[in-house]
Amino acid sequence: MSALPTGPRAPELSKTPADPAPPRAAGPPRRRRTGPSRPAVLAAQLGLAVVLVAGWELGARTGVVDPFFFSSPAAVAGRIGKWLGGGEVYGHLLTTLSEAALALVIGGVLGLGIGFLLARARTLAAVLDPYIKVLNALPRVVLAPIFLLWFGLGIWSKVAFGVTLVFFIVFFNTYQGVREVDRVLVDNARMLGAKESQLIRHVLLPSAMSWIFSSLHTSVGFAIVGAVVGEYLGASEGMGYLIAQAEGTFDTTGVFAGMVVLSAVVVVIDLLVNRVERRLLRWQPARERGHA
Amino acid sequence: MGDGDDGAAMELRGVTMTYQGAEGDYTAVREVDLAVAPGRFVSVVGPTGCGKSTVLNAVAGLREPSAGQVLIGGEPLQGLNRRAGYMFQQDALLPWKTVVQNVAFGLELSGVDKAERLERAREWVHRVGLAGFENAYPHQLSGGMRKRTAVAQTWIGDPDILLMDEPFGALDVQTRQVMENELLSLWTDSGKTVLFVTHDLEEAVSLSDEVVLLSAGPGSRIVGRYPVELPRPRDLLDIRTTPRFTELYGAIWADLRNEVMRTYERASHGTAGAGAVQDAG
Repeated sequence: MSALPTGPRAPELSKTPADPAPPRAAGPPRRRRTGPSRPAVLAAQLGLAVVLVAGWELGARTGVVDPFFFSSPAAVAGRIGKWLGGGEVYGHLLTTLSEAALALVIGGVLGLGIGFLLARARTLAAVLDPYIKVLNALPRVVLAPIFLLWFGLGIWSKVAFGVTLVFFIVFFNTYQGVREVDRVLVDNARMLGAKESQLIRHVLLPSAMSWIFSSLHTSVGFAIVGAVVGEYLGASEGMGYLIAQAEGTFDTTGVFAGMVVLSAVVVVIDLLVNRVERRLLRWQPARERGHA
Repeated sequence: MGDGDDGAAMELRGVTMTYQGAEGDYTAVREVDLAVAPGRFVSVVGPTGCGKSTVLNAVAGLREPSAGQVLIGGEPLQGLNRRAGYMFQQDALLPWKTVVQNVAFGLELSGVDKAERLERAREWVHRVGLAGFENAYPHQLSGGMRKRTAVAQTWIGDPDILLMDEPFGALDVQTRQVMENELLSLWTDSGKTVLFVTHDLEEAVSLSDEVVLLSAGPGSRIVGRYPVELPRPRDLLDIRTTPRFTELYGAIWADLRNEVMRTYERASHGTAGAGAVQDAG
């Protein structure tokens, strides 16, 4: 098993390192991008949004784009306002997020445990290797119908689906993290008196953690994808269900509104993950942080 | 036991270390006999790939000899050497622990409670000249500062035996001399037995009571032992220009040079012989 690419991640183009570190006498000096200033970028970003939304609205009003297929920003905004005001969207959102959270926790724990086990038990890893490859190669969407049969229309079929997505990311990162732990760190800890359990706690787990946290964005994203796709295929509540319902009645405004709400929530969650990650991986040099 | 080596802090008897590699077995060192009396500072020098580190790993118990025996204080070594501290050539600090946590790591492993181990670690951080950097992470330190942390991490557990594998090899020449000087003043009167591996003969002569020369690999053996009778305490910044130092250095270098030449010859002609140019690490 080799390193899997842990999914794309948007590079932070406008970030400047700002932790008050003691003087670094060795190593290359921190690169400082001499790019455009932050306010200018922000203004341009806002401007682009205004242009896109205004263009869409204008197109819809003048009939250049067909509102039946593309709806219009005003209609979408109105729908979102109605959802938020009427309160009907919160239940769906809560369902989707609970499913994603459960998938993240269960998939994470399983991936961590099994990744650890296989990284330490080489023979077992060798035996299971082809099975893991086959399971990972399987397009996960085909599992959704079978999970619907097994776990019913409630939240558990979506959780199970999300687990299959999250598990492999965490599993491969744990496996890699434990296997690629610096031999010298292990030897040094052993010479300082570390027993096997202490070795796991002080050396192997933190080493694997840095891999897992750097893939946290991908895991969180996949957990939400799992929940939404699962709901889309068959459910009685959740954001995926909401979108599927709207689609079923050719209600493009509903589809777009659902997409906007989901995206907004995912962006907020991503910001939270960023903060968590920065805290947990504060021992890493800034330029390595966030890249698996 | 029963012979004259009873009093040795560590002893290798006919130690052979063979690695299984992809191209067949590779013998790093063959039938090495070496006894080091307590409190002595002994350096092992030799050409690249002569298995210097292998000898240290045998004494540390990180690798078991394929043949022969390692004795620590007269007792055959089984498993890891609990009386030895090991300073590695590479960075061995845990990147996710701060300086003071790294220094306290050994105490933490042996169950010393938090307040006490942190207090003792802070003392050591002071002692190695890193006051003010207690809460820095390794990546925020210079190479020399990381080595100081490693010194404190190793010494805080007060091991009888110190195994050092080119600990200052990666440092620039000036930092290195400063670190050597500080190591020497820590060691003086500590009663600790040191086995110091280096490929730098100058470093070996200036620090040690005795220099042991390993032959070119593979299958390295001890080809010379040279007592270094330079007075202590030594000031390393001055000692290198004294006539006695130059004389000793010249005598050992003549032999080391031969081994280095043989390593080169094997490296350039030895492509047919499997594993002849492998680095034994």
